[in-house]
Amino acid sequence: MPFDRFSRRSFLQGAAAGTAAAALGFPSLARAQSGVTIGIVYVGPKDDFGWNQAHAVSIGVLKATPGVKIIEEENVPETAAVAKSMESMINLEGANLILATSFGYFNPFMVDVAKKYPKVTLRHAAPLWEKGKHPDNAGSYFGYLDQAHYVNGVAAGLSTRTNKIGFVAAKPISSVLRNINSVLWGARSVNPNATLQVIFTGDWALPVREAEAANALIGAGCDILTCHVDSPKVVIETAERRGIRSLGHNASQAPLAPKGFITGAEYKWETIYRIFAEAIAKGQTVPNMVFGGYDRDMVRNTAFGAGAEEPARKAAEAAIADLKANKPIIRGPVKDNKGNVVLPNASYDNFDRVLDGMNFLAEGVVGSIT
Amino acid sequence: MDGSSALVTVLAAMIGGAIRVSTPFLFVALGEMLTERSGRINLGLEGTLVLGAMSGYAISYHTGSPWLGLLVAGFAGMMMGTLHALICRLPKVNDIAVGIALMLFGLGIAFFLGKAYIQPTAPRLGSIPLGFWSSNPQIEQALEINPLFLIGIALAFFLAWALKNTRPGLILRVTGDSEAAARALGHPVMLIRLMATAAGGFLAGIGGAFLSLYYPGSWNEGLSSGQGLMAVALVIFARWDPIRCLYAAMLFGAAGALGPSLQAIGITQGYYFFNAAPYILTLFLMIGSAGSKKALRDAPGELALTR
Amino acid sequence: MNQPVSIPAGPAAAGRIGRERLARLRRGAEALAIPLLALVISAGLFSIFLLILGKSPVQFYSLIWLGGFGTPFSWSNTLLRAAPLMLMALAVAIPARLGLTMIGGEGALVLGGFAAAAMAVPLIGTTNPVLMHALMLIAAMAIGAIWIGIAGGLRHHRGVNETISTLLLSYIAIAIMNFFVEGALRDPADPNKPSTRAIGSEAMIGKMPGIDVHWGLAVAVLACILLHVLMQRTTYGFACRIAGGNARAALAQGLPVGRLIVSASMIAGLCAGLAGYFEVAAVHGKANASLAAGYGFTGILVAFLARHNPLAIIPVAILFGGIAAAGGIIQRRMGLPDASVLLLQGMTFLVLLASETLYGRFRLFNPAARTERT
Repeated sequence: MPFDRFSRRSFLQGAAAGTAAAALGFPSLARAQSGVTIGIVYVGPKDDFGWNQAHAVSIGVLKATPGVKIIEEENVPETAAVAKSMESMINLEGANLILATSFGYFNPFMVDVAKKYPKVTLRHAAPLWEKGKHPDNAGSYFGYLDQAHYVNGVAAGLSTRTNKIGFVAAKPISSVLRNINSVLWGARSVNPNATLQVIFTGDWALPVREAEAANALIGAGCDILTCHVDSPKVVIETAERRGIRSLGHNASQAPLAPKGFITGAEYKWETIYRIFAEAIAKGQTVPNMVFGGYDRDMVRNTAFGAGAEEPARKAAEAAIADLKANKPIIRGPVKDNKGNVVLPNASYDNFDRVLDGMNFLAEGVVGSIT
Repeated sequence: MDGSSALVTVLAAMIGGAIRVSTPFLFVALGEMLTERSGRINLGLEGTLVLGAMSGYAISYHTGSPWLGLLVAGFAGMMMGTLHALICRLPKVNDIAVGIALMLFGLGIAFFLGKAYIQPTAPRLGSIPLGFWSSNPQIEQALEINPLFLIGIALAFFLAWALKNTRPGLILRVTGDSEAAARALGHPVMLIRLMATAAGGFLAGIGGAFLSLYYPGSWNEGLSSGQGLMAVALVIFARWDPIRCLYAAMLFGAAGALGPSLQAIGITQGYYFFNAAPYILTLFLMIGSAGSKKALRDAPGELALTR
Repeated sequence: MNQPVSIPAGPAAAGRIGRERLARLRRGAEALAIPLLALVISAGLFSIFLLILGKSPVQFYSLIWLGGFGTPFSWSNTLLRAAPLMLMALAVAIPARLGLTMIGGEGALVLGGFAAAAMAVPLIGTTNPVLMHALMLIAAMAIGAIWIGIAGGLRHHRGVNETISTLLLSYIAIAIMNFFVEGALRDPADPNKPSTRAIGSEAMIGKMPGIDVHWGLAVAVLACILLHVLMQRTTYGFACRIAGGNARAALAQGLPVGRLIVSASMIAGLCAGLAGYFEVAAVHGKANASLAAGYGFTGILVAFLARHNPLAIIPVAILFGGIAAAGGIIQRRMGLPDASVLLLQGMTFLVLLASETLYGRFRLFNPAARTERT
């Protein structure tokens, strides 16, 4: 493209923006815009091939809704910066719905912003909001990915020859621990001898350490690998290279492992964002609490890859059918891997809020959370 | 798992780790060693490393040739080194601070241009199965070696020889030890430093491409996690000697593998400290070696670090 | 950095004072003009970069104005970010006066904040909040001072390079915090983000009157002023400047160089620890991995742009706070990725350092231009 066209267009854009910026000096003008402006905050780059990208892609559902304007901001740390980013969206651009997509945004930052701006609606992507305890204009939405990990586990339990499944995890927090335990429970439901070994890397994106952890797990005899880190690419590719099989996380990693990929756990954020879009189209407020798993089509498993054998496919499909019918995953009493009874009841509903704060590694998991 | 097989697992992992993880350390350290031998310090090699990783991956993805990517990564690194040298040749400019600035700058470019390459898979560099003789899969795996590792070892020995026995080696050492002496001998001090810093940048770029094109063999923004910075520290306790750089890089690789492999045999307590082992190790080695008379004798006289 | 100490050398005693004042004015003008020139040049370079991308520089800079300074909200956003930057820049600037390049303030912030939060845990809800905050403050500042003080001591006694050691100590500090936050001191009520127990919103430091920013801003400004007085008006500051100019000469004059190095490092760590205290006491209410938010690294840039002058740190920190505050709206309106602010910072820093070479080159500022090299 010739340079003069570049510069002329840029100049016109700039001039227009200058006028707009002058006008926006008065927040009331910005507020007067019609329609819904949705501000979305991401904790990392939105093309990270992981958590943030899963959200950013699904947001497309909302983008297509008439009268909706989307404003996005990436790499916002879980500090005062996120409160100010949300306020900036509200004050300077008239955002009236804020979607905060990282765990650490909620308390105190999003809660404070919600109190300060009662007319703005805020929603947070984790099951943390509680009615009465937190402001009414705040709320949560979440897909219970542990169900898809459970299905992963079922497939893995029938695929492993060594009875050892490896799991590379970032940090010992509830959502990660629940996914780890769910893989084991899935595997044990079809293969009582299955064990799962976990290595924590200590942070969400440490590619070299993830590769080291994957190699260490393979060295320890694991013949199936899965993970819960920001981007599973390194773990899946390492497994493929070492000639063992793998299970995905967060998005489809099937193309990364053409030989050994079995299946993977994926969010279906678009189901939730579609619920939001429908509410907006009808002029309603989006619901305070939207969550679900297989029962409400909010998670899925990646289409089976070449690593999935017939028995594993069948068992996984049966498990999915059970989950769609809300059959409980957890049959108690459940012991942790130190022998303490941690879940005493005979069975737990898949969405029991006791499970949201899961803080143990189940019996059969090799590893420790401290 | 019984004790002895656990020990074998950890040892195999650490040897494997030394081989897999040490290569980027080795290249960056050798590059920084050259630069520091000329009397300058380039703290910006972290940015150079990441830029090399990104550009190598991008070129490999577009052309299908990882070796071409490697070369381009080296040249990108060389440009960064040249920039450092050109700014530092201005009087009154602090080379340590320029390094920090160049680190931010390199990370900025790499992240800005690298967005499009996070998702695609680029062709990787191949490896040589040197462990074919063993029936133990762990040993076999540990000895799966990338040619760059061998090139790095050869380079360390070559540089050790060249610094002692060749005329360019001598000129480089004189320039680093005493600018006045180099000028008196009629050597173009600024040109020599420019070449040394550019060469250092080239090697750091290669080190970065190893990360993205071989191990872990993928590009994203968290790829390096401070390896370029640690390599600079490594040069100091290797006391500016290429062979000791090689040992130090191997030690770092092994220390990096310690955390995950201990967890693999069930030692999980305090994994944060095992993961921080390379940093703690570096600090203690620096404390142990830096203050000695030997270290002061080996240090290039013009180096801002030791003044 | 190695500014020659000015010695009044006028031929006539009567004209000496006036001439010295004039010279000081000229040097002050130089110290203002050259960084400004560097800022303008880097803004120009970044504009070219934007034009190549087909983006409008006019829009870019008008958005920086809007997002950083254009509305009362933007100001509170900017000042909130500027407060820790001031303290973190002091943590770089004070050792720099002694010729030390210490870049590990981030670690002292994290460890100081962690110490404050750990100190608070047994006191939550039991004693009066004033005592709790006093203990938190002392813990944060003491740990910060010790942490960077270690680097100073290693520098003096073992010759360990302080740039590298502070950096390594930073990584180690973050590992220490994570170890406790995910282990012994973890609050079971916060299962998804390992943190220490929160001190509770009612026990947290509040906002300053009339402005939506916590008291950390006032303390940071006060710290800049106090340290300016310390470095410019006391014998301690004078001794530091001499030692920074030429350590050997300082030793020859009988200055306790070792003690100066360690104490300046401790002051640096104290500032970083103070920043950590406010992050815990006024922002998070607890310690967790988010304490390491990169203020330490931007602080390096602020200190260099302010030429390690504590007073100049105040406006420079506000400028960088403003750029950070505007980063969001730039992403949202122009579709530029988050890395563009990093790129702008790196470019500014490079041009700025290159501009150091201009000092003493202009007749306007230096009538009797010195030509010796430092």
